Amino acid sequence: MIKHLLSAADLDAQHATLVLDTAAELANLSSREVKKLPTLRGRTVVNLFYEDSTRTRISFEAAAKRLSADVINFSAKGSSVSKGESLKDTALTLQAMGADAVVVRHPASGAPHRLAQWVDGSVVNAGDGTHEHPTQALLDAYTMRSRLGRLAGLHVAIVGDVLHSRVARSNVLLLTTLGAKVTVVGPPTLIPVDVGPALSPDLRVSYDLDAVLPDVDVVMMLRVQRERMNDSYFPSTREYARRYGLDAARMRRLPEHAIVMHPGPMVRGMEITPEVADSARSTIVEQVANGVSVRMAVLYLLLGGK
Amino acid sequence: MSSTFLVKGVSVLGAEPTDLLIRDGVVAEVGGDARGAQVVDAAGLVALPGLVDLHTHLREPGREDAETVESGSRAAALGGYTAVCAMANTSPVADTAGVVEQVWRLGREAGLVDVQPIGAVTVGLAGQHLAELGAMATSAAKVRIFSDDGHCVSDARLMRRALEYVKAFDGVIAQHAEEPRLTEGAQMHEGEVSARLGLTGWPAVAEEAIIARDALLAGHVGARLHVCHVSTAGSVDVIRQAKAAGVRVTAEVTPHHLLLTDERATSYDPVFKVNPPLRTKTDVAALRSALAEGLIDIVATDHAPHAVEDKECEWAYARPGMIGLETALSIVLDVLGPDWELIAERMSRTPARIAGLTEHGRTPAPGEPATFTLFDPAARWEVDPTGSASRSRNTPYAGMTLPGRIVATFLRGEPTVLDGKAVK
Ligand SMILES: [Zn+2]
Repeated sequence: MIKHLLSAADLDAQHATLVLDTAAELANLSSREVKKLPTLRGRTVVNLFYEDSTRTRISFEAAAKRLSADVINFSAKGSSVSKGESLKDTALTLQAMGADAVVVRHPASGAPHRLAQWVDGSVVNAGDGTHEHPTQALLDAYTMRSRLGRLAGLHVAIVGDVLHSRVARSNVLLLTTLGAKVTVVGPPTLIPVDVGPALSPDLRVSYDLDAVLPDVDVVMMLRVQRERMNDSYFPSTREYARRYGLDAARMRRLPEHAIVMHPGPMVRGMEITPEVADSARSTIVEQVANGVSVRMAVLYLLLGGK
Repeated sequence: MSSTFLVKGVSVLGAEPTDLLIRDGVVAEVGGDARGAQVVDAAGLVALPGLVDLHTHLREPGREDAETVESGSRAAALGGYTAVCAMANTSPVADTAGVVEQVWRLGREAGLVDVQPIGAVTVGLAGQHLAELGAMATSAAKVRIFSDDGHCVSDARLMRRALEYVKAFDGVIAQHAEEPRLTEGAQMHEGEVSARLGLTGWPAVAEEAIIARDALLAGHVGARLHVCHVSTAGSVDVIRQAKAAGVRVTAEVTPHHLLLTDERATSYDPVFKVNPPLRTKTDVAALRSALAEGLIDIVATDHAPHAVEDKECEWAYARPGMIGLETALSIVLDVLGPDWELIAERMSRTPARIAGLTEHGRTPAPGEPATFTLFDPAARWEVDPTGSASRSRNTPYAGMTLPGRIVATFLRGEPTVLDGKAVK
C-alpha cells in the first residue's frame, strides 16, 4: 500500500479497489458487531484542520475511533497556527507527539504535500485548497458502486464549478482510473484551461447540461459559491441555476436508473433544488454514512493493516 | 596604489591563449614590464568582459535578513559580474534621490561590483503618481533605468507619460509586464499543470498584452522600452513585430526561464515559485532561440533572495523569486553552448549599453579597463544552496550539476574573486 494519500492519482486501480472492498468489509463489521475494532490500538491519528469543516473532521474522527486509534484534534483555526506558526513548525510538533497519521484540511493547494516532507507518519489529504479531496472521491465511488453495482463503464457527469473544486479533480482522477467515463459540465469560465490533458486523456468537457443528462448513470452536482458571480464567472445566480442547476424538470431527462450525488454542503436553489436533493435518486445521505467506512479503510490500509 | 597582475595563458573570448598584464586598472600594452606582478595561471580559462546584470534584487534597505548590498555584490562577483542594476522594490522604495544614492553608496563601500540603482517609476511602486525621475537621474547615482518591478505600470496613461518623460535624460522604462486583473491570485503558469495542481493560473496573455501595449506606446512617443523577464513564446512574437516596426525595445530573459518548466511546481516546493512563473517546454524553446537570434537582447538574473520562512511554507503563501547570480553563466553556457562572443554580447556588452555603463561590457585588451572575469568552461560543479554567498538559499538548482565555474573576477584592475573565492 502507499504511504500517503495526497491525490486520488496516488491510487492505481488495484489499490483503489482494495480501499473500496475494505470499506465494504468494515461497513459490514461495524453494522453487525461491536462498533469498535482493535486494529489501530496504540496508534495516534491527528486531525489537523486549517479550515472549518465539521463534517469531514467528524467523519475522520469517527473512522479513527472505530479502529481504536487515539485521536487528537488539532484545530488550527484560532490556535497558535492562525497567529502565524508555520506549517513546518506545526509539523515538527506533530512529529514530536508521535503522530502515526496526520489528516490535514488546508486552504492552500499542496499543503499536504509539504507536510509529507516534514513528518514521518502518513499524511491523508482531507481537502487542500482548490486541488484535491481524495477520500471524498473514494466515498463517492463507493456510493456509486453500491447503488449501481459497478464502476467500469459508468458514465458520470460532474457539473458546476470544476475550476475551484477539489472534489471534481479527485473524482475525475479516481473514476477514470477505475474505468468510468467522465464528462465535466459547466460554464466555460468554470472549467480549467487544458483540463482534459491535465487530468485524463479520456475526459470529456461539455457546456450543455441538457445534452449530457440523457446519457449518464450518475450526475454529481458541485457546490457553486454565490460569490463567484462577483468575479464575473457567471452573470447571476438566477442565470446559473437556469443553465446548470438540477431541478425536477431536468431530473426527468435522466435515465430511470441514474443517481444524483452532491458532496455537500449544498446551496439549495443554486445548483440543486430541494425536491431533487430529497428525491429517491439522491444519494446525499448515504454519502455521509459511507464516508466513515471509506475513511476507516484508508486509515487501516495506510497504517499497515493487512 | 593598485596592484599588478599577470594573467597567463588566458583565452580571451575563445581566442588563442595569451597573457594579460593588469596595471593601474587597465590592461597594459603588450610587452609591458611584468616584474613584481602577481601571476594568475589562466591556462584553460576563458576571459569574458565582466558580466552586467540588469535585474538584481539586493533587498537593502529593508530586508537585510534576505540580502544586503554587500552580500549580493559578493554573490555577483562570484558569478562573474562586475556590475549589477539594483531593483527599486526595497523598503523604503528607491523612489527618491536619497534612497538611490544610499544604495549607490553602499555599493561603492562594498566595492565588489558596480551597483547601479534602478529608480521606481511611481511613488511607492503604487502605480499612481510619477516618482521624481529627474531628481534620481541627476543624483550621484545617475539613474537611467526606471522600473516598478514586482509591479506592472498597468495604467496606460501613466506608462505613456513615464516613457515620454525619461526621454529628457535618455532614460528607459523597464516594465514588469503583467496585466494585474488577469493575474489576481495567480500562483503559476495557467495550463495543464495548474489545472492538475489546483493552483490559480497566470495566463501568458497577461504578459503579452502589456508588452504589445507598451511597444505601441513606446513607438507612439518615440521612447525606449525595456521588457523585463520575458517568459512566453507569444511575447517573443510580439517583440519580433515591435522590432520589425522600428520600436526602440529591448528585452531580457532569465536563466530560470531558459531552463526550467512549470512541471517543477508538481512538488509544491515554492523554491520553484517565481514571477513571471515558469512556463512550458514550448516557451522555453522559443526563448532559447529568441536569445540566440537576438530578438531577446540580454540575459538578466532577476536574482530575488528570500528569507527561509518566506519559502519554507505553503506554495500560495510563499514569495515569488529565486536567487541566480552565481549560477547564471553556467546555465547560459548550458543553453547557448560555448559561443563566447554570443555570451559576451548577451550578458555583458548589451546590458552595459542598455544601462549606459560605458566602463563595462568591454573586452579585455590593451588600453581597456581591466574589468573582466575568468571562467573555466571545463569545470563541473554541484549546486549547494548553503555554499552561496547570498544571504538566502532559494536556488531552484540545488543538487544539479552545472558546467563551468568562475575562477577570478577583476573590477578596474582589482580582483574581487581569485581562485574561485571572493577576495573580501
Ligand atoms: Zn519582475
